[in-house]
Amino acid sequence: MDWDWQFVWQILPTLAEGAKITIIATLLGYVLAVVLGLVLAVMRRSHNGFVSKPTAGVVEFVRGTPLLVQLYFLFYILPEAGITLGPLVAGVIGLGLHYATYTSEVYRAGIDNVPRGQWEAAKACNLTARQTWRHIVLPQAIMPVIPALANYLIAMFKETPLLSAITVLELMNQARSIANYNYRYVEPITLVGVFFLVISLISVIGVKYLERRFGSYGNRGRAAT
Amino acid sequence: MEMWLGYMQLILHGAWITIQLTVYGCAFALAVALVAGLGRISPFAPVRWISVGYIEFFRGTSIFVQLFWIYYVLPLMGFTLSPMQAGVLALGLNVGAYGAEVVRSAVQAVDEGQKEAAVAVNLTRYQTMRHVILPQAIVIMLPTFGNNAIELLKGTAIVSLISLSDMTFQAQVVRAQTGNTAVPFITILLLYFAIASVISFAVRSLERRLTRGLDGVRA
Repeated sequence: MDWDWQFVWQILPTLAEGAKITIIATLLGYVLAVVLGLVLAVMRRSHNGFVSKPTAGVVEFVRGTPLLVQLYFLFYILPEAGITLGPLVAGVIGLGLHYATYTSEVYRAGIDNVPRGQWEAAKACNLTARQTWRHIVLPQAIMPVIPALANYLIAMFKETPLLSAITVLELMNQARSIANYNYRYVEPITLVGVFFLVISLISVIGVKYLERRFGSYGNRGRAAT
Repeated sequence: MEMWLGYMQLILHGAWITIQLTVYGCAFALAVALVAGLGRISPFAPVRWISVGYIEFFRGTSIFVQLFWIYYVLPLMGFTLSPMQAGVLALGLNVGAYGAEVVRSAVQAVDEGQKEAAVAVNLTRYQTMRHVILPQAIVIMLPTFGNNAIELLKGTAIVSLISLSDMTFQAQVVRAQTGNTAVPFITILLLYFAIASVISFAVRSLERRLTRGLDGVRA
């Protein structure tokens, strides 16, 4: 096995194109996951069994099945139902839906951690359900779980290579086509690994910072009760 | 109908490969997790460094990249692996790295007094770990290990991309041959979910068994 630096310089621009798509897919998917996860978490808390039970079922099902199969499902089956999505759109929706079920569990833990007294106090002040969620529960529930949410951003970032299976030209797909074309696997695939490792390690530092910044939020009200 | 029976058989054949991958992968991941997790809190610095390096590397790079690296690059270094071996190796090493952190935090979560008591009754380091710490730590690890096992099951789907004929691969074959997408994919989604449910059920019953009699002991 030999490492060819010239080949590395030659393929870097193409890989950078792929990295751009990887990052775009991660960010868009994450926005979807964070928003939809919150919706799922609140729906699962609903007092109406027709809302909470199906939501719980969907969350369990999506969490229990592979993202790759879900991506195939979105990309190959939806067109049969008349909804044709581009590869990147299908990929972003797949990532977003899959990780929304994970973030919904994070939100749920945050919501469960809000002391009962807060709900009762909101009721005593005659706030509506909407006001209670918006002004009392969610601000307290979300702050402490921000680091856990950030962890899923990293996790999702590392799942984006799966999008290559539905023909999105992200980093891994670029690397594979370079590898197949030149018949050299060492450099492209190793470079992709290095890219993921570097970004992950940097993000871990970011999450540590978030933990310092937000991690103690939940304990403030607690001490008083 | 006749035709679908044949295709169903194909998918069940794939399901068998998926189950094998999951079982071997989990066994390997468990062994790796124990070694790396205990290595991470070893009193010997070099052992700690190696463990941390392994854990950070495999948690930091994508499972997908690891699988392709093992399948395409290792042969160039003289190790040729079958797709099944490459799959078990990649899944085991990847999930093992996550498991190692679970082992570490569980061992550290065991009450300090237990360790002190073990020192007081003059147990060796090995005896303390084997008879005092691990039996209590395993109970703490189990629920997370259950989640990790389900993650591994879901990870097996990507081996279809290195031409191992698991459930996802067979569904693609059926799709290509029949032109019908919905039936094979809905079938395998349900099968994956069924396997995942079996895993979480098994872990829960194991948890009940292992915690029997521990109620008064644990805080």
